[in-house]
Amino acid sequence: MKRFTEEHEWVEIDGDIATIGISAHAAKELGDITFIDMPETDVEIAQGDVLTVVESVKAASDVFSPLSGIVSEVNPALEKNPEVMNESPEHDGWICRMSRINTDELSGLMTEEEYSDFVG
Amino acid sequence: MNSESADTLQSIPLEAAHIRAGARMAPFGGWNMPLHYAHGIIHEHRHTRSSVSLFDCSHMGQFRITGESVAADLDRMLPRRVSDQRVGTCRYNFLLAEDGTVVDDIIVYRLHENTYFVVVNGGTIDGDANHIRRHLSDGSVFTDASATTGKLDVQGPGAAGVLAQCGLPAGALPRYFRFAETEIFGIPCLISRTGYTGELGFELYFDAARSLDVWTQLLVCKNLEPAGLGARDTLRLEMGYPLYGHELSRSTTPVEAGFGSFIDNDRPYIGADSLQRPPGRRLTGLRFDGRRAVRAGAAIESVDGALIGVVTSGSFSPSLEVAVAMAYLDVFSATPGTAVIARSRKIDIPGVTVTLPFYARGSVRDTIAV
Repeated sequence: MKRFTEEHEWVEIDGDIATIGISAHAAKELGDITFIDMPETDVEIAQGDVLTVVESVKAASDVFSPLSGIVSEVNPALEKNPEVMNESPEHDGWICRMSRINTDELSGLMTEEEYSDFVG
Repeated sequence: MNSESADTLQSIPLEAAHIRAGARMAPFGGWNMPLHYAHGIIHEHRHTRSSVSLFDCSHMGQFRITGESVAADLDRMLPRRVSDQRVGTCRYNFLLAEDGTVVDDIIVYRLHENTYFVVVNGGTIDGDANHIRRHLSDGSVFTDASATTGKLDVQGPGAAGVLAQCGLPAGALPRYFRFAETEIFGIPCLISRTGYTGELGFELYFDAARSLDVWTQLLVCKNLEPAGLGARDTLRLEMGYPLYGHELSRSTTPVEAGFGSFIDNDRPYIGADSLQRPPGRRLTGLRFDGRRAVRAGAAIESVDGALIGVVTSGSFSPSLEVAVAMAYLDVFSATPGTAVIARSRKIDIPGVTVTLPFYARGSVRDTIAV
């Protein structure tokens, strides 16, 4: 199950683990991504908190956590090659995985179809 | 740059052509300009360093000033003499206020004995025109040709090759900081060997009504790709070139910006007295260890926590693959090799002062093989 936020993050639920990233729309809007301030693992994050900062050539943008939980894993590919986030924002360019999530929070997020309408 | 709402933006003649070419448009200095095309800023930056790119700079302003007293008028106005400038040459110069701060940075072309062509920034055209008019004597005739002049820059080590494909062989091209009045595709054109990228390059000026002809025919050339203002900015930053509104402004002087040795100190001109004092701060290059950018406005501190300056421009450098910035630093802290801390978005980023340019391998002064 995949959901999107109005701030252009996506979250995909597989069992009790959530994988998080930014949408293809957001990656395109940002342009060339040059740096990602990877979140720390084992840190507890609340829904809507700043999870990380993504920098493009022109600007720095906050990425907000779509769910509450604990960061269990970060994507090692992004540290050396942030451009992976441009090339594959919704697959290989995932930012982190979270455990101890609260799936009730998903009800406030958009489905893929709703998000597609949202970004027009 | 600033918050510029779309409804007050001015359009360049090629706006529709850029959009058709896949440009992301963005406001710059009051103009709606191409920021980048489909392949993005980093690709355009690297393509300019390794091959050749086409930049639309039609937002920039052009003045023509003519009359028997023009050379004397401009000498009274500008910190670098124009009266000893040879016909056919270009010279980087400044419009200064009485307090020595920068109204604009400009390039002055001597077209004929008594005619100069002045190229100014796009966001400052009206203010520059008023400033110059106010200081001209009665016999000098000032024309603002900005709206009727198109400007396209061909920049990169392949620039001469592109112009050769357009019927302008190497022998017909001007040398560094010189210009030629010629034709391209049968259209009258002034070509100068100048630019803002650190690479071999040419700036082409022609009738704005022919912009689409020149743009379309140039883009047929092998290797030439369009590039936007995003790459123009990272390219100039790597060279340590100032951008008006950032490194140069009504609160900075050319001496602080590192142009003290360029400007005359043996004669009077507007602002000259104010430039005699030794500056308290100095434009300095900063290089950081990582890729995280330190951007304009970030505070720079010494390693013991004292505020020593502020960043005027900063970005990830596509050529160096680390973050670089330019900052005005207290002169005592501006010595190359000084460790500093940038405070950016509440995060401390360690860096070191370095001499400009950041990127020294550009082809800007290369000799063109004839």
